[in-house]
Amino acid sequence: MMEATSSSYAETVPEGTPQENKPKGRPLAAVTILIGGAALLVLALLFSISVGSISIPLGTVWQALFHFNPDNMDHQVIREVRLPRALAGVLVGAGLSVSGAVMQGMTRNPIADPGLLGLNAGAGFVLAAVFAFYPNMSYTTLILYSFLGAGIGAGLVFGIGSLSKAGLTPMRLALSGAAVSALLSALAEGIAVYFKIGQDLAFWYAGGLSGIHWTQVNIMFPWVAAALIGALCLSRSITVLSLGDEVSSGLGQRNGLIRLGGTLVVLVLAGAAVSAVGAIGFLGLLIPHIVRYLVGVDYRWVIPCSGMFGALLIVVADIGARIINPLQEVPVGGLIAIIGVPYFLYLVRKGGRGIR
Amino acid sequence: MNMPPYGHLAQRSKKAIWIGLILIAAIIAVFLLSMNLGAVRMTPQEVIQTLFGGGDARQQLVLFKLRLPRIVIALLIGAGLAASGAVMQGLTRNPLAEPGILGINAGSGLAIMLYAAYFPVATLGTAFMMPLCALAGAGLTAVLIYSLAFKKSEGLSPTSLVLNGIGIAAGISAAMIVIAVRLTPEKYQSVYIWLAGSISGTTWNYVLALLPWILVLVPYILYKARVLNVLVLGDKTALGLGANLDKDRFGLLAAAVGLAAASVASGGAISFVGLIGPHLARRLVGPNHKQLLPISALLGALLVLVGDTIGRSVMHTGEVPTGIVVAIIGAPYFLYLLAKAKA
Repeated sequence: MMEATSSSYAETVPEGTPQENKPKGRPLAAVTILIGGAALLVLALLFSISVGSISIPLGTVWQALFHFNPDNMDHQVIREVRLPRALAGVLVGAGLSVSGAVMQGMTRNPIADPGLLGLNAGAGFVLAAVFAFYPNMSYTTLILYSFLGAGIGAGLVFGIGSLSKAGLTPMRLALSGAAVSALLSALAEGIAVYFKIGQDLAFWYAGGLSGIHWTQVNIMFPWVAAALIGALCLSRSITVLSLGDEVSSGLGQRNGLIRLGGTLVVLVLAGAAVSAVGAIGFLGLLIPHIVRYLVGVDYRWVIPCSGMFGALLIVVADIGARIINPLQEVPVGGLIAIIGVPYFLYLVRKGGRGIR
Repeated sequence: MNMPPYGHLAQRSKKAIWIGLILIAAIIAVFLLSMNLGAVRMTPQEVIQTLFGGGDARQQLVLFKLRLPRIVIALLIGAGLAASGAVMQGLTRNPLAEPGILGINAGSGLAIMLYAAYFPVATLGTAFMMPLCALAGAGLTAVLIYSLAFKKSEGLSPTSLVLNGIGIAAGISAAMIVIAVRLTPEKYQSVYIWLAGSISGTTWNYVLALLPWILVLVPYILYKARVLNVLVLGDKTALGLGANLDKDRFGLLAAAVGLAAASVASGGAISFVGLIGPHLARRLVGPNHKQLLPISALLGALLVLVGDTIGRSVMHTGEVPTGIVVAIIGAPYFLYLLAKAKA
């Protein structure tokens, strides 16, 4: 459906407007982004570890990382609180952006994001039930329930989407996702209204990295790493798939298999992120748009650059969340939107590569 | 968007008339049933007596002051949102388009939240200000999105409209989260119920405020159905067929936004109706907007009326916001249709 939009739209654009009909990449820009991004990310991580309710000088950060002294309070804070938080930011940011990029590439729908697979709504529903019936549950258990909920949401979306005789087309998946999300959110809202826990849920939905411990990072890391590598392996096929099903099968690709792989990647990445930090939904939508604008529509570059950008944005936003109001943290999801929305609007306005 | 090629139009329109009549009959049936149900039980006999001037003062109060305006506004909101969704899906050629995607819900929600944040909690429940705020918020957001998406050189591209809408909605949601953190739990609860889509406390004044929007804009989009059919074919074809792209798009879009804004202002975000109403209608009567638009409106009206009737009669202790009931009954049916579909 978006295929029709982009091709028919292209013909009404006046000459001189940059057009992308073929999957042109811009390797130079991409390599610059990856190297520059990695450097910035290291700086942001160091900064993220050093700021907070107690400010710790960078020298101490260095010592805590490489010459750890268990008797030093600052070292303890860095090792046990700041470091896992920063690393979780990297995993979540990279995971959400890559899952968004994979989804948009596979479905050719520029408004596809991981939230459409029912993950956020499923997690929200289970959490509403937990908040209502077991309000004193520990944070770690809460995360497990959240992951379970994300799985239920995604399972419903795929199960119902693939029941149909015509098979699981991207369109059907998106509609099934919208309907399942609406249903699960409505159930969550119903519970929230009845038990008056709407505000607690809103906090969770806002997303945040506070309260992350090594446990979560350790659980997330192997899954996220494997899924990120999977996304990179799929990236060439996704580029071809983003040209359309006919082109893709004409070139000898097995579309169903690629979609299955891509979907698994999206589920793991987005599910892990949702369970750890709540619904930072906008990230998965926003980053791939920015990246396609900068590096073109070759997903071999879009996917790694998305990961880099996403990690960077979330780490920076998390620093902001702690600096702006140290006593009561500003929700990270809100900050990401405040940073990202104006830029996103600017890109749409300029109408560059991959936006339409 | 999965639209079969045009054909058998005559057959389609005959079928659409029958489906329309069945829907109207269903609406009347639920209408009658809905008058009997609620916290105060009234038998059908009592309802009929009261309708024709009989009944005691209490029955008259319940029926004319509480139930009827609510039933009427449910019908208007449902028709308005579904018709708006049908126009937006047609204009953007995106099956996920619905009034919420253009930031209408977010804009009105933010206005409501700001109002809640700066005014005492006692004035929230009864105030006539809530819908006014919502309308202003929705209208401002729509103007903002439209002016961001409009380019002198290219006119108005539907995709850029949708993307701008998503961006603005995300920004507004972020602002709402920041405000939500500062609200007291009581205030938050009342805003939350409103956002979930609630039409309790409707008076005839609300009906009178919404009615002109529906009466003017629904006929307008029905009149423009043929243009929408052409626009769906793609810009190039539409230009070739002599459509005035910018003018037509602007008119239809403004109408869709107006309908959504007025409906959301009167009843909160019952946005799911705007998504599934048109989809269900498309399954019933096909993609021709001459039939699709009126059937969408009727389906939307029926769905919200059923949702509201259930919402205020299932629980004895309180009521479930209409939007929640609509999603809980509408989504499974939509999923069933999705699973059953052959092509």
